[in-house]
Amino acid sequence: MTWEVGSPLSIISILAVVIVVAAMLIWVERRLLSFWQERLGPNRVGYFGLLQVVADMIKIFYKEDWIPPFADKFGFVLAPAIIMMVILLSFAVVPFAPGVGVIDSNIGVLFMLAMASLGAYSVMLGGLSSNNKYALLGALRATAQMVSYEVFMGISLLGVVALSGSFNLREIVLAQQDGWYVIPQFVGFVIFLIAGIAESHRLPFDIPEAEQEICAGYHTEYSGMKFGMFFVGEYLGLVLISSLITVLFFGGWLGPAFLPPIIWFSIKVFCFIGFFILLRAAVPRPRYDQLMSYGWLVLLPISLINLLVTAAIILSMQ
Amino acid sequence: MIILFYLAGAVALISTVAVILQSNIVHALIYLILSLLAVAVVFYTLGAPFAAVLEAIVYAGAIMVLFLFVIMMLNLGKFSVDQEKSWTSGRVMLVPAIMSAILLAQLINVLRNYEHSIDVVEVGVLEVSALLFGPYVLAVELASILLLAGLVSAYHLAKK
Amino acid sequence: MFTLFKDTLVSQVVTLWKVFAKILVKADTVQYPEEQPYMFPRWRGRIILSRDPDGEERCVACNLCAVACPVDCIALQKTEDEEGRWYPEFFRINFSRCIMCGFCEEACPTNAIQLTPDFEMAEYVRQDMVWEKEDLLISGTGKYHDYSFYNVCGKKIGGKDKGEAQNEAVPVNVRSLLP
Repeated sequence: MTWEVGSPLSIISILAVVIVVAAMLIWVERRLLSFWQERLGPNRVGYFGLLQVVADMIKIFYKEDWIPPFADKFGFVLAPAIIMMVILLSFAVVPFAPGVGVIDSNIGVLFMLAMASLGAYSVMLGGLSSNNKYALLGALRATAQMVSYEVFMGISLLGVVALSGSFNLREIVLAQQDGWYVIPQFVGFVIFLIAGIAESHRLPFDIPEAEQEICAGYHTEYSGMKFGMFFVGEYLGLVLISSLITVLFFGGWLGPAFLPPIIWFSIKVFCFIGFFILLRAAVPRPRYDQLMSYGWLVLLPISLINLLVTAAIILSMQ
Repeated sequence: MIILFYLAGAVALISTVAVILQSNIVHALIYLILSLLAVAVVFYTLGAPFAAVLEAIVYAGAIMVLFLFVIMMLNLGKFSVDQEKSWTSGRVMLVPAIMSAILLAQLINVLRNYEHSIDVVEVGVLEVSALLFGPYVLAVELASILLLAGLVSAYHLAKK
Repeated sequence: MFTLFKDTLVSQVVTLWKVFAKILVKADTVQYPEEQPYMFPRWRGRIILSRDPDGEERCVACNLCAVACPVDCIALQKTEDEEGRWYPEFFRINFSRCIMCGFCEEACPTNAIQLTPDFEMAEYVRQDMVWEKEDLLISGTGKYHDYSFYNVCGKKIGGKDKGEAQNEAVPVNVRSLLP
């Protein structure tokens, strides 16, 4: 049992840590949100309320797992499984530290984008097979949003790919030894951040599940552990987007040598998770048409210009 | 790797047959997505990871999403399932089945005389890009003009 | 262009910073069972029946509270003692219906029925939410310490004739011609 990419120890510990962190985020998010809203949040179960997650899990396991008689059972059962699988598969290409990772793929960035685009099926199927008008509206919004923001996400990444000359996430990290890509690719970073929030439909872009308008959106009919999978899937997506931002723009595990690489990686990831939660606490939700027109009319041109300028500078430097 | 190839091929074949026989259109689309993903795995095992990922991003991730999107807008109910069932009943399927069986027999006959082995040549992103922007640059530009025409006409239709 | 920039980007960043700075602000939450919040005297909670300074019960069974109650949770039956003084034979409040609106307190002419700042009255059995007169009646005067209805009203009961109440003139003798 050694720490190397693809060893069973590496795979099992990544799976366990990622799922535990995603579950703990339920508590972290509620606690942080309450601090920003001058409340205390869950602090009763265990020290500082740390066992709140366990209590939530017990509750969610014992809830009735209800499949509505009018729903399409095949799609209804399939949908929550898709989101968990797709996001956990995406973690396969994330380089956590030297020697910690599942695969060292030459098409890591593309694989991640492919998995993100497959994630759209989860919300689509969930909304469509629920046979409920709120779910359908949520699924429609989710699909349009995810398909559009995938485009900007992909294009904003290409600047980084062009600078490092590789689709391999591990090589992208190593290429940042002279300086993080957030400096030359600041525009790309901002666009990736926005697209990442929209892709994982977190607040402020949680239009597919806007409670005030359409109940709970695509997971209106879900209950019990199926809802729990959507719920944990959302937090997994949050961890994934944070780790991708860290890897692509903030130098992954690189950092001064007084801390081990994996600690640097975790610190950076948790900073971004905190930032996402702060966004949820502070920023209001835009209207649906505003989101779409903002994406296509502002983000797409900017990301294309960013790519063009990056390519031109790289060519002129050669 | 070769076992993976045959496994993915079998999944692709079975799910494609299921696409035709499935009466619920959403289920048929899910099988189609599965089939495309299986084809992506086939590409990967043949040493074309870039093509495999593009298959997953473009076909399974974008085009099929739009298919499902349209289905969502159409709001097909039980009626369409019944209609589909009547179309895929035994008598109606008989003639097409015979015809495609003949085609399949011919295809197998052609492929039988081929002497071929699966020798994996890794074709990465660099090789594909070098080909696309080298010898095939004209085809790429023509395809982009075609896409532009499609874009403009879609904009025109949407504007109406 | 500058205003657009200011209204969108700058305002978002300022918002984020202001919300982030809230992490240093002390929470408003009161940790209830360990830390009891201060309850204001006029808070409308559990209903009680009070007594006058002499220790007699104040309620005169006039039924005004039962009439005023919007959810009809008060039931009582009038009876009289040997002195001619009215009092409720039973007085029953169904707290599972009560909405703590305080209308009964406003309607009460004798300050008998009062709402108190106590709110910890949950029960496991619904029937336990029905409170009888002996549960409701307290031995004190509640919020109004010196008030005694029969000492200010003109009603005649045993031991007190008409005109003997506080601040009350002797009844006019209608058969006399004197002013």
